[in-house]
Amino acid sequence: MAFLDKHAILEKSPTLLLVSSLLVVSIGGIVEIAPLFWLENTIEEVEGVRPYSPLELTGRDIYVREGCYLCHSQMIRPMRDEVERYGHYSLAAESMYDHPFQWGSKRTGPDVARVGGRYSDAWHVEHLKDPQSVVPESIMPKYEFLAETRIDASQIKALLKTHRFVGVPYDDDMLENAVADFYAQADPDSDYDDMLERYPGAAVANFDGQKELTEMDALVAYLQVLGTMVDFSTFTPDASR
Amino acid sequence: MSDHTEKNVDEVTGVETTGHNWDGIEELNNPMPRWWLWTLYATIVWGIAYTIAFPAWPLISGATTGVLGWSTRADVARDIEAHDAQNGALVEQLLAAEMDRLPEDPELLRYAVARGGAVFKAQCSQCHGSGAAGFKGYPNLLDDDWLWGGSMDEITFTVRHGIRNDIDGDARYSAMPAFGELLEKEQIREVAEYVYSLSNDDAEPELAATGQQLFAEQCSACHGGTGLGDREQGAPNLADAIWLYGGDRETLIQTITYSRFGIMPAWGQRLIEADVRAVSAYVHGLGGGE
Repeated sequence: MAFLDKHAILEKSPTLLLVSSLLVVSIGGIVEIAPLFWLENTIEEVEGVRPYSPLELTGRDIYVREGCYLCHSQMIRPMRDEVERYGHYSLAAESMYDHPFQWGSKRTGPDVARVGGRYSDAWHVEHLKDPQSVVPESIMPKYEFLAETRIDASQIKALLKTHRFVGVPYDDDMLENAVADFYAQADPDSDYDDMLERYPGAAVANFDGQKELTEMDALVAYLQVLGTMVDFSTFTPDASR
Repeated sequence: MSDHTEKNVDEVTGVETTGHNWDGIEELNNPMPRWWLWTLYATIVWGIAYTIAFPAWPLISGATTGVLGWSTRADVARDIEAHDAQNGALVEQLLAAEMDRLPEDPELLRYAVARGGAVFKAQCSQCHGSGAAGFKGYPNLLDDDWLWGGSMDEITFTVRHGIRNDIDGDARYSAMPAFGELLEKEQIREVAEYVYSLSNDDAEPELAATGQQLFAEQCSACHGGTGLGDREQGAPNLADAIWLYGGDRETLIQTITYSRFGIMPAWGQRLIEADVRAVSAYVHGLGGGE
């Protein structure tokens, strides 16, 4: 028991105790966190996942600003009941361009990880303006001011640049056309082919039905792309991950 | 503080003390209870066994997979499979059944309706209401007024392909022109008055009479000469006092001026086939099924 009695040395020197505890905690941290950055099976490459279009990214900022994540998660867990209700469980790759991610931790409202395409634009607008008009039992607050708050593209290039800075692969072409793409997505009469080439699968529509471009347009554009980037009819996730 | 070279023993209990002394009060240095120590050792052994059994240790390019070969994804797949297998025979029958003849098999119908009810609550209630009575712009599914047909086959088609969406080429499609671009405001008011007169007795007869002529020219191709509608084209019956967007004069004028364009997703792309069939059977059984 001689070795076990040595703890008296640690206990009698505060500095040694501090340094030693730091060492022990670091080992735990290094073993648990560091490998995530190099292990191949924690980083799954999935076809179809792309950076958000300028309008979607703007809508995402509104989603974050309004604190939607406090009531709505974006994380379908791999459990039968969740998969049956919300669709295929979420993949890490589907939020790889989210800074910060919007997984959330609490569901006062339903999960929205695959809400894209599930409702019409008109439904979203009506529901955001007055949730109880379509879902009487809902306790969601009203967000009608979104349809009255106009937005423009004055900050959009800087926003894309910021996301590029933290690792989202926006290329020069995307930055150059950020303003044009921003407006094209909300105007079905525009020449949006180039935008769709840069951001495949983006929904093009006058989302809120108004002439003006509003926060409502951006938010609905964002909601309509959620969970739609991966085509699960052609992609089968590796079961061993 | 006392000298550590010799042991300090408490006289009353005979137990060794830590040697700390505060105003004559000393701390007994009792060993940890045995049960506690053995529990600690057991958890350490358990921890080691766990990392051998389950995925745990990070290596160069991957992590150890564990001797049990367990994975979250395989687990959920197995769970779903096991659950499906419980109703396997019924699901197979449902997939093989002709939808129109489903009511002939009461046991299968009962299963389909029960399953469809769960699907409806999760997927359809947000627009059509949890009681399926609908809202403005989202049809009531309890009545026998159908825009695209209320037989089992027709309902299944609508559920599978949706309405006016741009993701399914077979989606039900119709588009009423926005007559605000084709008619004068006064003319729209007249047509609206005629449509209003079809299900109300307090319409202004002269306005409605001019409206009827315009209706015959502009609207009858889809809605029929007497406004009874045409399901082939998804043109609503205008004479049955059941309104999707509202039947008062103001709403009618708005509808005629700007038109309406309700959209339903193609559920065949979001749900598995058994769920499409089940929810169609459920809707068919709500009261208006034909």
